[in-house]
Amino acid sequence: MAAKRVVDPADLVKFREVQQLAYAGAQSVAQTLEPGVTEKQAARRLREYLIERGVQDWFHTPFAWFGDRTAFRGFRTPFQFFPTGRRLAENMPFILDCAPVQDGYMADIGYAGCLGTNRTFDQLMDDLAEYRALVVSRANDGVPLRQIYLDVDALIARQGYDNRHRVYPGRVIGHQVGKVHSRLPRSVVAGFGIRSLQTLVGDLIVERMHHRSPLWADAEISDHPATPGLWAVEPHIGFRDVGVKFEEILVVTGTGSAYWLDDDLPHVRRWQRTAAA
Amino acid sequence: MARDVVATDGVQLRVHESGQHGAPTVVCIHGYPDDHTLWDGVATELAPRYRVVSYDVRGAGESGKPRGRKAYRLDQLAHDLAAVLDAVSPDRPVHLLAHDWGAVQAWHALTGPWLDGRVCSYTSISGPCLDHAGHWFRARLRRPTPRALRELITQAMESWYITFFQLPLLPELAWRTGLAQRALALFDGAATPAVTDAVNGVQLYRANMFPRLVIPGPRRTDVPVQVLAPQRDPFISTSLQTDIRRWVPNLAVRELPGGHWLPRTQPSTVARCVSELIDHAEGGSEARSLRRARRTGPQRKRFADTLVVITGAGSGIGRATALEFAEQGAEVVATDIDQASVERTALLASTLGPTASAYLLDVSDGGAVEKFATLLREEHGIPDIVVNNAGIAVAGPFFDTRVADWERLIDVNLWGVIHGCRVLGGLLVEGGAGGTIVNIASAAAYLPSRALPAYSTTKAAVLALSQCLRGELAEAGIGVVAICPGFVHTNIISTARFAGLDAAQERTARQRVTELYRRRNFTPRRAAREILRAVERNTAVAPITVEAKVGLLATRLTPGLLRALARANLAP
Repeated sequence: MAAKRVVDPADLVKFREVQQLAYAGAQSVAQTLEPGVTEKQAARRLREYLIERGVQDWFHTPFAWFGDRTAFRGFRTPFQFFPTGRRLAENMPFILDCAPVQDGYMADIGYAGCLGTNRTFDQLMDDLAEYRALVVSRANDGVPLRQIYLDVDALIARQGYDNRHRVYPGRVIGHQVGKVHSRLPRSVVAGFGIRSLQTLVGDLIVERMHHRSPLWADAEISDHPATPGLWAVEPHIGFRDVGVKFEEILVVTGTGSAYWLDDDLPHVRRWQRTAAA
Repeated sequence: MARDVVATDGVQLRVHESGQHGAPTVVCIHGYPDDHTLWDGVATELAPRYRVVSYDVRGAGESGKPRGRKAYRLDQLAHDLAAVLDAVSPDRPVHLLAHDWGAVQAWHALTGPWLDGRVCSYTSISGPCLDHAGHWFRARLRRPTPRALRELITQAMESWYITFFQLPLLPELAWRTGLAQRALALFDGAATPAVTDAVNGVQLYRANMFPRLVIPGPRRTDVPVQVLAPQRDPFISTSLQTDIRRWVPNLAVRELPGGHWLPRTQPSTVARCVSELIDHAEGGSEARSLRRARRTGPQRKRFADTLVVITGAGSGIGRATALEFAEQGAEVVATDIDQASVERTALLASTLGPTASAYLLDVSDGGAVEKFATLLREEHGIPDIVVNNAGIAVAGPFFDTRVADWERLIDVNLWGVIHGCRVLGGLLVEGGAGGTIVNIASAAAYLPSRALPAYSTTKAAVLALSQCLRGELAEAGIGVVAICPGFVHTNIISTARFAGLDAAQERTARQRVTELYRRRNFTPRRAAREILRAVERNTAVAPITVEAKVGLLATRLTPGLLRALARANLAP
């Protein structure tokens, strides 16, 4: 088995550090974005930022989505996830998404932002808080992953939005992450690090034998409570031409209880500021 | 109260006054062949808030009737207006309201040296500035594009009487024999003039038409002006009255349903438009409809400064339509029987557009709709578009459909639309400025099926009502649009009643139908876009999805086939 099931506290510290680094990178690059910058330029900035700070490998290289691409409008093929020449304009939403690997520890984060002001974006971001609370409380109650997915769908419907994570390959709202052990060379194929992919494929095979999946979607195979370990969870909601998401690691302990790896993250701080105001 | 004012050439002008002393003064100038009584209806409406002054123009009513063409030149008529202003409001600028030849004089005075600083606002009805008209003709003759030619020909056909009035003796003869009166009686709102007044007024045409039209000067004004252009004016085309922005930078244009004599046929609409302009010119806030009348250009959103009311806006097509209107600039008032969902609609709409509000409303309750209409009027004003969307579904065989199911269905689907048209549509009629009523019917209205007898019946009734009402409201300038969506993926099925099935079977049936709708995957947003397009085009019956369109065609081509299909048991 490639991903270790139960993670020891020392490893959790390292996972948290990589996640913090990735979010710091996204936030720092977000501040540099100016009108006219392209998705490719933004993704490159994030990549350079992380490499400078010791990231050696990727689960996937950075993605950047601008404008209605934040809501994956018109996406037909997976290639459309890759950064394009789309330019950022005033009051346009954007998402930066990356999954760096440092010393075998992986993070997978998503950061939604907006250049200037956009009322739709603000409303979506405010409403996104409910998903973070819902996912952790339902996972902690041992509710099957498939059911949590459907609960998220129900919340999306209630809020009048649409489910955008179903555009991801496999319609996933999340996937397992773990330490990357591999003797394969560090290289990236079609945006994904082959070492991490090897880990994921290994997990897929092992889990499939237990009628479980390291991918969290609304299919029958996800009809089980979260397996102990780390899950990168990424609810992605959209409203017309704006999409927002967060992505961070959910820890599921050996006893089945669940908590977010870290609460000191940009989106959580944003909601705390809103609540205080 | 009446008094006489002496004009610069000694002619006596009879001036009438009513309304509030000390309030802003409105000076009303009638046209030909009328006298100051043209304004009686409008004056009654304006009197509670303004001081209303009207006078008989020379040659008409109780004013002096000079002989000779020269006494009727526009420069002299401008002097007359200045003399009236000197008498009634020497210290404070006034608001002008003028019709037909009155408007021609007011334009002439306002764009010349007579009224500098004396006028605060001007509302012109069916009377252009003759110099502007001269430019209008020249511009179209210089560049005779097909459109320009069409406009020229239309206007020429409407202006035949102007040429007739240039002839010697014949016009006088027409009035004296009563022929002209009989012709005039054919027009809506025209009053029969005294023969002498009518004969005197012919001089207006003879004294002014040729000099002004042939050698038009540049005449501009910075005073706020609004033009009320009747859509069915048989004498003056809309373009002639409104294509004047280069001389009148502060211009609002309203095309209103009605004929040439708007002040007589639609006094309350005229009064409302006038008071909106006066209030704004006096420093008050600008009414939504005035804002819409002033805005032009490519920056303007499709439904900017438009008030839209939508029932059943908490979900499905209703919500999507609310959002689409909001995104296109409309102010949305969303109503639904479910408070939480309609508030959510308003919240989402307000992130896309100007403002949106939510109201709890059960459309099947006529009293509640009436109360809501009163509230709507007070809080938001008269709507421009009413969308009667709220509806529910009942499926299943006729003999399994309980009376209670029928009653609930008819209450919501039919009575809801009736109340919506009656009360909310009634506001449009009262507003007098046209508008659109949108009724959401269904493709089931014309596609018979043994699976949906009750639902089809209510929707067929909505379709019939819409088309009858469209006929009735055409002359009020109100469009009635019936929308027939077809299979649009909304939650109407998740609340639908399946007659003859128990709770468990009903649940399964709902799931199966929902799955069908999901696969069809026609989103409410696409339906909403079609609805906006139908409103813009004033489409009588708008089928939305392909199946609705093909179905509508089939009702005409192969009704027998549809009747055969109606026998198929589609029950899930």
